Formats: sequence, C-alpha cells, structure tokens
Amino acid sequence: MDEEITSYPRNSCGLCCTKIENIGVIKGGKDILKDVNLHIHCGEMTALIGPNGAGKSTLLKAILGEIKNTGKLQFLDHKGKHTGNPLIGYVPQHLYFDRNSPVSVLDLFCSAKSEIPIWLWKNRNTKSEVKESLDKVRASHLINKKLGNLSGGELQRVLLALSIDPVPDILLLDEPVSGIDQQGMEIFYQTVSELRENFDMSIILVSHDFSLVAKYSDRVALLNKTILSCGKPAEVYSSKEFINLFGEVWARGLFDNKGGTES
Amino acid sequence: MMDLWYTLVNFLLPFDWATHSFMKNALLAVILVCPLFGLLGTMVVNNKMAFFSDAIGHSALTGIAIGVLLGMQNPLLSMLAFSIILALAISSARTMSLNSTDTIIGIFSSTSVALGIVILSKGGGFTKYSTYLIGDLLSISSKDLALLAIVFASVIVLWFVMFNRLFLTSINKSLARSKRVNTVIVEMVFTLIVAIVVTISIQWLGILIINSLLVLPAGSSRNLASNMKQYHALSIAISLISGILGLIISYYLGTATGATIVLVSAAFYFTTLVMARIRN
Repeated sequence: MDEEITSYPRNSCGLCCTKIENIGVIKGGKDILKDVNLHIHCGEMTALIGPNGAGKSTLLKAILGEIKNTGKLQFLDHKGKHTGNPLIGYVPQHLYFDRNSPVSVLDLFCSAKSEIPIWLWKNRNTKSEVKESLDKVRASHLINKKLGNLSGGELQRVLLALSIDPVPDILLLDEPVSGIDQQGMEIFYQTVSELRENFDMSIILVSHDFSLVAKYSDRVALLNKTILSCGKPAEVYSSKEFINLFGEVWARGLFDNKGGTES
Repeated sequence: MMDLWYTLVNFLLPFDWATHSFMKNALLAVILVCPLFGLLGTMVVNNKMAFFSDAIGHSALTGIAIGVLLGMQNPLLSMLAFSIILALAISSARTMSLNSTDTIIGIFSSTSVALGIVILSKGGGFTKYSTYLIGDLLSISSKDLALLAIVFASVIVLWFVMFNRLFLTSINKSLARSKRVNTVIVEMVFTLIVAIVVTISIQWLGILIINSLLVLPAGSSRNLASNMKQYHALSIAISLISGILGLIISYYLGTATGATIVLVSAAFYFTTLVMARIRN
C-alpha cells in the first residue's frame, strides 16, 4: 500500500504525516469499524468512499475522539517527531437546526474563536478576522446573515471557512448528500482543492460522488468496516473489492477513455 | 440589605401595590428569577429541551414526597437531589443516543408525577401540597431571596464562562469537538443548571406553569431576533417585563401570580408571532 507520491503541491512540505492506527468501534455488540489503518500525508486529499453504513462518518467521529475507539491517532511533523494533539478541522455533512434559529454566521465564528460570550458583545478584531476567513471561500458578504437563510452551498462554504480557522493539521470533511446541486458540489471540491494547495494540511473527505473523487482526490480509501483498498483513484476503482461492491462501470466509465473523465 | 431594598422601592415606586412588604419581596424575586429564565430559556429552546425542563418540573412532586417521607420540614433539598438524579439519568439516555429520547423523558416524567401523588395523597392529605402546583410568589421570605440571589449570581457567572462552548455544542457536537470543546461536560453542566434553577423556583412559580416561563420569553424573542445578542436581550427583557406586569396585575385582580405572569408572556408570544408574520 506504500505507493510513491511523485509531486507535492507548492506550499506543503509533504513530510508531516497522520497515522490512523487500529481504529475499532463496537456499538451494541457489533463491529462498526475494525482494524482501520490509514496513513495520510499533508498536502494530500484522501477520499473515503464506501457503501451506506460502511462506517465512514463513524470513522470521522472516532478521529475526532467523539466516539470511543480502540485505535490511536498519531500526528508526526516534518521532522518525524510526534507532536501530540493535532489540530483538527471538521465540516459536518449537515447541520440539523431550526430555520428560525437566531444564529448569525458571525455568532457561529465568534463562539468558536473567542472567549467573549457572544450574547454580550463581539470584539472588533475578531470580527475582521472572521471576515478574512470568509473571504477565503468567497463568502464574506454572508457574515451577518442568519444560518437559516443560507442556501445549502453557502452554508457548506461557511462551515468550510470555519473549519480552517485556525488552519488545522488535519481537515475532515463529510460531504453533503443533499441540498446542494451538481454545480455547487463542483465549487465545493474546487475550494477544497485550492485549500490543499495553499495550506499545509492533510484532508480526509467522505464522499459519495465517484466522478468528483476521481477528478480531485489524490488517494482513495475504500471503507467497509475496514479499509478494503487504498491507492490512486484508478487503482481502487478497478480493484476486486470495489467491483464487488459497485460494479465495473466506474473504472471503465471514468478512466478507459483517456481524454475526458466524465460525460 | 432588605431594608435598603424597601427604602428604594418606597422611593421609586410610590404606588398602592408597592406598599406591602410581601409585594416588595415578590418584586425582588421577579427581578432575580425572570432574567434567569429568559437567559436559560434561549438555550432550552435552541436545544429543543422544552420537554426535558417540563419533566424536571414535574419530578419535583416525587422530590417533595421523598422529603415528606424523610420527615423534612422544607423538602427543597430532597427536591434538588431528585431532580439532579433525574437530569443526569435523562442526559445519559440522551448521550447514549437511544432514538426515542422523547418517550424516555415522557416515561420518567409521568412516573415521577404519579409516584409523588401516590405518596403525598396517602391518607387523603394532598391538598396541603397544592401550593406547589400553582406556586406562591407572595409568600417568599428574605431568606429565600438570599438563596435566589446566590443562584442568580452563579448562573450569570457560568453563562459568561461557558456560553460559547454550550452554543457550539448545540450547533453540532462533532464541530464543537473539533474546536476542542468537552461536549459531555458542557451538556451536563447546562442540564444541571436548568434542573437546579427550575427546582428552586418551583415553590414560588408552581409545577404546572414553570416551564412556560422558560419557553415563552425565548420563543417570543426568536420570532424577532436575527442573532444571539438580540435573542438574549429580547428574551431577558420580555421575561422581566412579563414578570413585573404579571405581578402587578395579579395584585389588583387577586389572581395567582405565576399564572398571571405566564399569561402576560403568552400575550408577548402571540404579538411577536404576528409581528414576524407581517414582516415576512
């Protein structure tokens, strides 16, 4: 599984590394995840794919430490030294909240960035920092909007901006499955790609869209309770394990004709 | 302390209703309790915990019954102990993410009401305890007020220290986790604060209506607010104004104070609802 990575994006050293070792989660006496091992380098986007109920979101929660698990998360900086707790950014698949909830985009950011209680007042410096963060995803005009009034795509971009403020060592993204149209998804992937090139971080993206994965990710990990196959998109899509689960269509449709990838 | 308050009220409020010392006490109680309810209500409503706080209120009956069985003069301690245990039980049921939290809360709530009534009605003496059902704000003593003041101060301090974390947790637990918030502790502390404030206020405001005081001001504020600052400011203001208006109206009409306050906040709720509809 140790394949060579030939080129690194401009600004990342490509030497720091996140090791996910032996993560196992048991719920109600059943194995949800078992012996999950994954190495990720910074500047790399690893897509996590798998059938429904494969444990993809659970794995993200285990990495966040929200769910009890047997494994270890090791983060090594570029000197190969263990640097303790890596900073993790997280973009949830969906926010379940009442549309009437009186929560502004600024509220959300300030609650995460500042110790000053948001119900009392907001620091002007924090406010301009939030504006800068939102600028990175071209969303600074949304700063005073209510979360409930954002479109699916806008909300996703706001959450993305929140997850990279401060810039994390590892970025976990749970791809939205509804509320965003195809064009919105493409923009989301493009933004994530840009982030990968501009910042020194490892990205794990839970995804359901095989064609976007093929287009944007460096590596693919096929998960079904454990990692079945891991490598470049083309390799994984033509692996026996992948074909057993999803059929041969993807490998043929996406990679056989060398020119364009999608229809 | 109380003398200072009495002089202040005599000076500032030269009205008929404010001449009695029980009204002065009740006014101070309203000024302490209502902002608290307005404050806590914001997150009770945001976290969809209205049913939970209702259950805590109802569990007070069992708390009282246990106190009576233990021969306590004032059952406040046993009420507090029972509501804290219940709050912890419910919140651990929540974190274990059993899918029907509502049902569990409903079962806990009705069981504790029934248990309380059974114990208290043994020998036909339930009427003695009916003040707990509707509350009696006018009988509040200066000692009770001191307790309220302590609770008031502690909740305000906690609200300063932990609000941002609580808020982030309520938006999305994993997201809060990624920002290094200990979501389990935050949720537990909040649950306990709600349980304690509700239980302590029950003898003044009454089991039957206490939850409305938590939900109505925040609900009204939600109709109009577009960010957290407005949400809090409006919720506290509506709660305080309803409290004071309700107290004065109940004096002139000779009605139960707690219920009158609830009616005033309900009027606020429907007014803001109409305002929100017109604005959209």
